[in-house]
Amino acid sequence: MTDDTGIGGVRQQFPSTHWSLIEGTRSPHAEERRRALDTLITAYWKPVYKYIRLHWKKENEPAKDLTQEFFARLVEKGLLARFDPDRARLRTYLRVCVDGLVMNEDKAAQRVKRGGDVSLLPLDFEWAEGELHQLEVAAACNPEELFSREFARSLFGLALGRLRRELEEKGKSLHFELLELYDIEEGGKQLTYDEVAQRFRIKPTDVTNYLAYARREFRRIVLDELHAMTATEDEFRREAQTLLGVKL
Amino acid sequence: MNRWLSDSAVERLRAAADSPDLAGTRYRLIDKLGQGGMGGVFRVEDTALDRQVALKVITVGDRESDWPARLLQEARVIAKLEHPGIVPVHDAGALADGRPFYTMKLVQGKRLDEHIATIPGLSDRLRIFQRICDAVAFAHAHGVLHRDLKPGNVMVGPFGEVLVMDWGLSKLVGTSSGPATGQGAEAPVAEIVGPGTAHGSVFGTPGYMAPEQTRGETSVDERADIYSLGAVLQFLLADASPSPIPRALAAVRRQATAADPADRYPSVQELADDVAHFLDGLAVSAYPEGPLARAWRWIVRNRAWILLLLAYMVTRALLIFFRPR
Repeated sequence: MTDDTGIGGVRQQFPSTHWSLIEGTRSPHAEERRRALDTLITAYWKPVYKYIRLHWKKENEPAKDLTQEFFARLVEKGLLARFDPDRARLRTYLRVCVDGLVMNEDKAAQRVKRGGDVSLLPLDFEWAEGELHQLEVAAACNPEELFSREFARSLFGLALGRLRRELEEKGKSLHFELLELYDIEEGGKQLTYDEVAQRFRIKPTDVTNYLAYARREFRRIVLDELHAMTATEDEFRREAQTLLGVKL
Repeated sequence: MNRWLSDSAVERLRAAADSPDLAGTRYRLIDKLGQGGMGGVFRVEDTALDRQVALKVITVGDRESDWPARLLQEARVIAKLEHPGIVPVHDAGALADGRPFYTMKLVQGKRLDEHIATIPGLSDRLRIFQRICDAVAFAHAHGVLHRDLKPGNVMVGPFGEVLVMDWGLSKLVGTSSGPATGQGAEAPVAEIVGPGTAHGSVFGTPGYMAPEQTRGETSVDERADIYSLGAVLQFLLADASPSPIPRALAAVRRQATAADPADRYPSVQELADDVAHFLDGLAVSAYPEGPLARAWRWIVRNRAWILLLLAYMVTRALLIFFRPR
């Protein structure tokens, strides 16, 4: 199991302190600041890239440059320091910052390869580009919806990666496979628990229990990841409501 | 995670993470009914009693949040209010992940805002309004403010039942003496004592929220609900037949939604009484009428008798006129 990007390394090493993300990006310690930025970039680079491609209709290469530029600016221009959680959600703030960057694209034409905390991020754009071709809903939705959808996809992807690692470490790989079959694979929901039990050679009651466990852990990890990516308790709850409670 | 998540997979994962984990309870999940401000409502089967009920659970149960306390508070408030216009609570507990939940009667019906187009007649709409007032008056009599009354929080059942829903913002209140009114009586003043009402917090729905609620005042009383009822009345009057809306009824709505709480009806019962008086063709307290208006209302109210009398008089006149001489 590998991450889409090498940034950030193994996520479990991150302190799961609440609201660590924004505080971390404002930290005077370079290492702490870098870790917080890695968390933020890991969660947001795909939504940013896809948003630039779909909403702003940029070609592959300019979109890559703009994505790199965006995260570089977050650091160099201190954009996160200006974020006010009382005025907007972090997700919305970042999207508006992306809009600002793209609108000033002409100025960004002189961009240069940068040094500092996030010099030329090793982002797997080819993978993201491949995902883009599989999108069922293209740029038809409004910008906020598009960005939210991609953020949810990115967050769920990260959470699934972490869930798989954690369950493997606990010797519960089968739990993950059941979740994968039932909640991710197309057509999985059409299978009865008896059919699933036969396929995995376990009891139907085990299917119920394993699936419930995997879903419970998935929910915990999603909320944990979200906790780390939001600036305040209120924003966390609102984002959780949007992410889990409401169909986008 | 090197795996593509399609839109439908994202939706399934969202549902998997959102669905309540009912392991260890007597309930079995059927589907989701809706999403409220702090939680979702699901249709579940009560396997012990072999019936379907609605289960409400908060979306996020983190320790820093006051939502768990508010959900339990809501369950206790509703359990306290046994009234045909208020949905009964059956059970309360905690899920495997610690989130509190409660179950209540599964209401088969439609929200008033979605149902209104099928009720064109003014008097039918006013009768629904009276039922809403009955439930709210009952809650007030038990020291409970709703604080989020709006058409979306009223359900109309297939047999004409009217239920006031979503008591999530409701508060148990303690009464104390308030400032004397101009009439020398004391207005009831409620001090909010429930959890989660920090000074300056704003609860409610714009358009239906009393001005004092919008300002985030912590000491609101029954008159905040009366304002919301006035806004609901306004909603019911819009597009009602016949139009235009009678002046007396417009005056009732105006008094209920007065900006200053002191200018509103002092109780829901008095608002309901005025609506009942209007339906019965009697004078309403909110509309001081002149002699002509009073006479006209008397005529309208007694039109059947007047018509009968007129018919009698015309018949007598004809009999006299055509009497054989």
